[in-house]
Amino acid sequence: MSLFPESTPPKELLLRVLFIAGGVFCLTSLVLLVAGAPPWPAFYHLFLGAFGSWSKLAQVLMVWIPLTLCACGLLYSFRIGLWNIGVEGQVVAGAIASTAVLRFGVEAGAPFLMIVLAFAAGMLGGSAWAILAGFLKTKGGVNEIFGGLGLNFVAQGITLWLIFGPWKRPGVGSMSGTELFPESLWLPTLLSGKISPVGLAVTVLALVVATWVLNRTRLGLALKGIGSNARAAYIHGLNPNTYFIIAMGMAGGCAGLAGAFQVTGVYHRLIPVISSNYGYLALLVVMLANYRAWGSPWIAFFFACLNVGSIQLPIVLKLDSSLSGIIQGALVLTTLLVYGLRRKAKGEERPA
Amino acid sequence: MRITLRDIRKRYGKVNANDGIDLEITEGSIHGILGENGAGKSTLMKVLAGYTTKTSGTILINGQPAEYDHPSQATRLGIGMLYQDPLDFPPLTVLENFMMGLDRGLVSREEAYRVRLKEMADHFGFHLDPGTAVERLTVGERQQLELVRLLALGVEVLILDEPTTGISSLQKQALFSALRKLASEGKTILLVSHKLEDVEALCDRITVLRRGKVEGDMGLPFEGGKLLVWMFGNELAPPPCFERRTGEGPLALAMEGVSALGGRAGLSSCQVAVRKGEVLGLAGLEGSGQGLFLRLAAGLEKPQTGKIRVAEEDMTGRDHHAYRAKGVTFLPAGRLEEGLMPGLTITEHFALQQQKGVVIHWPKAWDRAQQGIERFRIRGNPFSAAESLSGGNQQRLLLALLPDNPLLLLLEHPTRGLDMDSVRWVWEKLTAYAVQGTSIVFSSAELDEIFQMADRILVFFNGVVVKDVRTCDTTVEELAKAIAGKG
Repeated sequence: MSLFPESTPPKELLLRVLFIAGGVFCLTSLVLLVAGAPPWPAFYHLFLGAFGSWSKLAQVLMVWIPLTLCACGLLYSFRIGLWNIGVEGQVVAGAIASTAVLRFGVEAGAPFLMIVLAFAAGMLGGSAWAILAGFLKTKGGVNEIFGGLGLNFVAQGITLWLIFGPWKRPGVGSMSGTELFPESLWLPTLLSGKISPVGLAVTVLALVVATWVLNRTRLGLALKGIGSNARAAYIHGLNPNTYFIIAMGMAGGCAGLAGAFQVTGVYHRLIPVISSNYGYLALLVVMLANYRAWGSPWIAFFFACLNVGSIQLPIVLKLDSSLSGIIQGALVLTTLLVYGLRRKAKGEERPA
Repeated sequence: MRITLRDIRKRYGKVNANDGIDLEITEGSIHGILGENGAGKSTLMKVLAGYTTKTSGTILINGQPAEYDHPSQATRLGIGMLYQDPLDFPPLTVLENFMMGLDRGLVSREEAYRVRLKEMADHFGFHLDPGTAVERLTVGERQQLELVRLLALGVEVLILDEPTTGISSLQKQALFSALRKLASEGKTILLVSHKLEDVEALCDRITVLRRGKVEGDMGLPFEGGKLLVWMFGNELAPPPCFERRTGEGPLALAMEGVSALGGRAGLSSCQVAVRKGEVLGLAGLEGSGQGLFLRLAAGLEKPQTGKIRVAEEDMTGRDHHAYRAKGVTFLPAGRLEEGLMPGLTITEHFALQQQKGVVIHWPKAWDRAQQGIERFRIRGNPFSAAESLSGGNQQRLLLALLPDNPLLLLLEHPTRGLDMDSVRWVWEKLTAYAVQGTSIVFSSAELDEIFQMADRILVFFNGVVVKDVRTCDTTVEELAKAIAGKG
């Protein structure tokens, strides 16, 4: 999709992919063997857990939606060279904002309008949270990594406060979250609640928009130029600080959509772990996709398969479901290793 | 220790930084290496200190060939270098820095080193408090610490790269007397500088480098005039004086009593006016204020005091984009650092100039890139990434990206690192700009380039404009003196 594709020869690309796959397989098998579990059945059940039935596949898609939305957002912030670790908090902020709208909607009626408003509020909430990190960087000189990380904790804290405070269930607050919304405020689904066509449509739209903005618009090119060399971009007439805020706003907007989807389409309430770590996971997705739009949805899909596939491992094999995390981690490490080795082989000068 | 360099060559791409250098440095002497920026001094010293690998040639230590390619190997052989920017660890204390690389045991013997540090510092009359963090020291004190540390490591040959930049005159005296003392104790000192007065005051022998070659070699007593001619060359043609460049047109840029911090020297009370269509050359040793002058004129740095006017309008304190809107364009020396965006193609660089609309007109940008490539003879295609171009072609791309009719062009070393053909070509383009009324201000390390291209020359020394003359009213000797701070 990129107008200017990278010039890696296909043979080398294939070799790299094979090396990465092999590395992941070896590392994961090693961990399994150390844990005293047979690797083959583990991989088999992992596969079965993701593709064993239509309902499993539908579950995978329900994970794919928020993960890909976060990845879409990160494409903007990575393009301008920002490490938007705060994406996790932006998901949470989006979820909080859309819960607020739905709580109002319980009394107000007009459910369709309320769901639309909940998505809009989610987007704005995520955006605002991200722009806060952006201003911390441009006005306060706080690195976006630290600012974002700090804001993640704040967002998490606010969620807990809401669940146990103002928004607590009648009677006593509990870790299971706020009270469930009436079904009229749930995102419409097919296959008895397994697949949300609206969620899929929003995600595909976000992907198309991201690809279009990054490759076809002046904004996308400005983000790329500043990400490549902010000083030169400034001399060429672009104002990096303005674009930092815009990129963060767009990234946060996508993450906020993911949060809104978690509330309206998955949990139908606000829970303490509403983000399900999809923000952090999306960082890995985009890194693996080499910060490009076309690769991200596929890697997000693979990651979603791992997440869903590992759910039944504890039941079938008495293995912890964290195996998916190990595979994802091993994947990122081997990929970074391959890139690192390649850079080293190209011969970098000794650091000054 | 006696050092002999035979036919040392070092190539960076197409550039011969060292082009067959022979040098003999006798034991117990202070040997000065003099030369303009880009003459190859620093490269030669980095080769000797093991910091860069030479392309070819031999280094003899006491007549024995020595091969090494790492600073720590050089230190073990007894060669140590004091870099212009001290390679120390600012958050650590003086004592901790001193012990770095010395204390190799598992248990640190802090007290023993404290005593040793004090002895050595006293020996040279340095005042170093072992408990102070290095970041709180002055450049001069950090230098003293580094000097003592290198000696404690057993260094016999000491290379100093521009040691007198940024230190007080008192510290300079202390440094010089320490160096004299070291030489009398049999150590060999190599002093690299472009400051004639320092080298003359301290050294027993001076070698002048120019364009990567040894231009001349002189023992005591020194002839200053001859050294200057060696440094700057004397083959300069008498400058042409053009009638059209009388400097009577309307003002393009005016600096009124401008002072600013930045660079090595800052800039103090600068009073300069540039008229329409005038070509102004900025001469001076690197870091004497030319770079800051250009950045102030571009609005990239802000003055502490004084006023800057562009086309009669007061622009003081406004940002670069406001200057751009008035027709000021700045071309930095660091092409990939500040000028171009690595990772972006030539087409993308042109596309960034599109001012209106949401969507980029890629075909249009591609056409403009294609035209730029043809008109500016850039060796590359519209899809070439900026960093894949050679230095000369990067410069051509930057020129191709210039607006059609700027009021003022500010160029920092526009031809640095280019071959003669490209230099001629660049100036052809720039002269065309001047003819249509654009004012040009450029800095250069090549005095002959300034002499040939500029209508007027400003000479910077230590942050002050020490000379402001029309090219036809001055001589190379006069300028060279001003550049060396003797004007």
